[in-house]
Amino acid sequence: MFGASDTKRAEAESAAEGKAVASGSTGTTAPATTGSEGAVARRIEAREVNLYYGGFHAVENVTMTIEPNKVTALIGSSGCGKTTFLRSLNRMHELTPGASVKGEITLDGEDVYAAGVDPVRVRRMIGMVFQQPNPFPTMSIYDNVAAGLNLNASKVKKAQKDQIVERSLRGANLWEEVKDRLHKPGSGLSGGQQQRLCIARAIAVEPEVLLMDEPCSALDPVATLAVEDLIAELKSHYTIAIVTHNMQQAARASDMTAFFNLEESGKPGRLVEIGQTETIFTNPTQKATEDYVSGRFG
Amino acid sequence: MATISERPGGRLSGGILPSWAPYGVFAGSCALSAAVLAATGVFTIALMLVFGVVVACLAIYAWSRVVEGPRRALDRTVTMAIAAAFALAMIPLISLLYEVVKRGLPGLDWEFLTTDARGKIGGGGAAQALVGTLVITGVAVVISVPIGIMAAIYLTEYGTGRLRRALTFFVDVMTGIPSIVAGLFAYALFEIFLGPGIRLGVMGSLALSVLMIPIVIRSAEEVLKIVPNHLREAAFALGTPKWRTITKVVLPTAFAGLVTGVMIATARIIGETAPLLVTTGVVDTINTNPFEGRMQNLAVYAYNEYRSPGVMKQASYDRAWAAALVLIAIVMILNVLARFVYRRYKTEIR
Repeated sequence: MFGASDTKRAEAESAAEGKAVASGSTGTTAPATTGSEGAVARRIEAREVNLYYGGFHAVENVTMTIEPNKVTALIGSSGCGKTTFLRSLNRMHELTPGASVKGEITLDGEDVYAAGVDPVRVRRMIGMVFQQPNPFPTMSIYDNVAAGLNLNASKVKKAQKDQIVERSLRGANLWEEVKDRLHKPGSGLSGGQQQRLCIARAIAVEPEVLLMDEPCSALDPVATLAVEDLIAELKSHYTIAIVTHNMQQAARASDMTAFFNLEESGKPGRLVEIGQTETIFTNPTQKATEDYVSGRFG
Repeated sequence: MATISERPGGRLSGGILPSWAPYGVFAGSCALSAAVLAATGVFTIALMLVFGVVVACLAIYAWSRVVEGPRRALDRTVTMAIAAAFALAMIPLISLLYEVVKRGLPGLDWEFLTTDARGKIGGGGAAQALVGTLVITGVAVVISVPIGIMAAIYLTEYGTGRLRRALTFFVDVMTGIPSIVAGLFAYALFEIFLGPGIRLGVMGSLALSVLMIPIVIRSAEEVLKIVPNHLREAAFALGTPKWRTITKVVLPTAFAGLVTGVMIATARIIGETAPLLVTTGVVDTINTNPFEGRMQNLAVYAYNEYRSPGVMKQASYDRAWAAALVLIAIVMILNVLARFVYRRYKTEIR
């Protein structure tokens, strides 16, 4: 119901009544997490976000909320701006030369793009897992997981670091598979293991939000299932947003689903609707959403 | 369809030439050319090879076309032509190595490498030149590598817009600077402070740096460019500042390539003659201090022995060739080392 296109907005609200998360609850505190990590899941709100690559308008007027301790799936056809939007949430978008952002993105009410906000701090709170598993090729499995600590030069004692590495690897369901070869290169792992290694690396720095950009697109079904199980466990500690092209995955793994679409190529992508995953898949308010989730999409 | 005509009767297997065919054809062609040339009385090995290649290309085409069809025939002809071009390109290199080894070995002995030429009329060794070469080049590397790699980091990681374009342009221009100009630049610079006629090892190093920096920048830039962007993004997404991403992720990933580039650049400048002629001078004794007094180096030594031989001309020429041989040996060792470092330390980048 957030950011549904203007004309359909009223319909969207009535149809998704009682299922979509109530709007207007800005800045409410996130439910306390059960995790002992000290990471607190946070709410991300985007208000009228417009994203550009140079002169190209890539994403238009997206307003949506990513709820804490829930998995929010972003679905839509290629090129509709899901990934671009996701990357704008932790200020990775601006790393592309010429890219710019308009609108407001807040993390528990605090503007991520405000003057004086260091993007490095934002990225420490909002971690990211990429489409291609990208462990650092020069580092061992252990060092990959500890990379966030080492690279940020935090003075962590060896024993504590060992603890963090083990906890992160257990958190990523990888510990049992790699505990005997922690000091071997991370690039020697299989694709699925590498992706879980990257997730372990991301959660080792204890972010509050985890963004995942098609984390399973390079994985086989078994590895995909392992990552999905992991996502289900992680949501008790984190706020998770996941971009996926896999409709079943969105249906299985997410609580909320946002459907992005672009009217025609060259036009900016927009958010068509967002709601409970069940609603989006069984009873969407928009024709385009229904066409897409049922596979009738041109 | 054109492709159908190539299929003899729709079967997979067709005629194929025996594996020795290219070699046999080439040998036969050479024999034929030799016979024809001998008959006309103008036989030379070079002419025989030239005609042999031409005849072999035609012969293999004709034979293969009959047996294997036009596509394989063309493939075989082009393969043979390319092999011939490669052999042609190798001839000068092999000839050069052969000549240098043949003429250099007589003058090369332990004395040549370990003693200097002080007070020895028409004799002595080239230790002062060997030491000078290593010191001058070493200092040049120390100057060039930090500047070159930092400039490459600027170009790949930071530079945007006009400054980056300007820098790229000037690096290109610097690559083309004649080496004597680099020498004169270093001389002119030091002359301002130390007066005319000054000759110092470090001046030579500076001149060599002017030549080496653009090579280092170019090779380092290429190597840093192939570090995949997703590794940088992975580091950024962990909340890593940019400079740490560069020092801890980008540079280690590119390490092998950077070292290789530096070694190749070193090999490229170690044999420079002209800039050292005007900056480091000529001297008979070993001097290890680049900041005081003249310094000899192998290239200038070879030039000098050849230009002004003493009473015993042949001994001088032998020493010149021996110096050239030592220089080539150093360059080859650097190249082999570069390959070794690359194989040993290269990072698998997917």
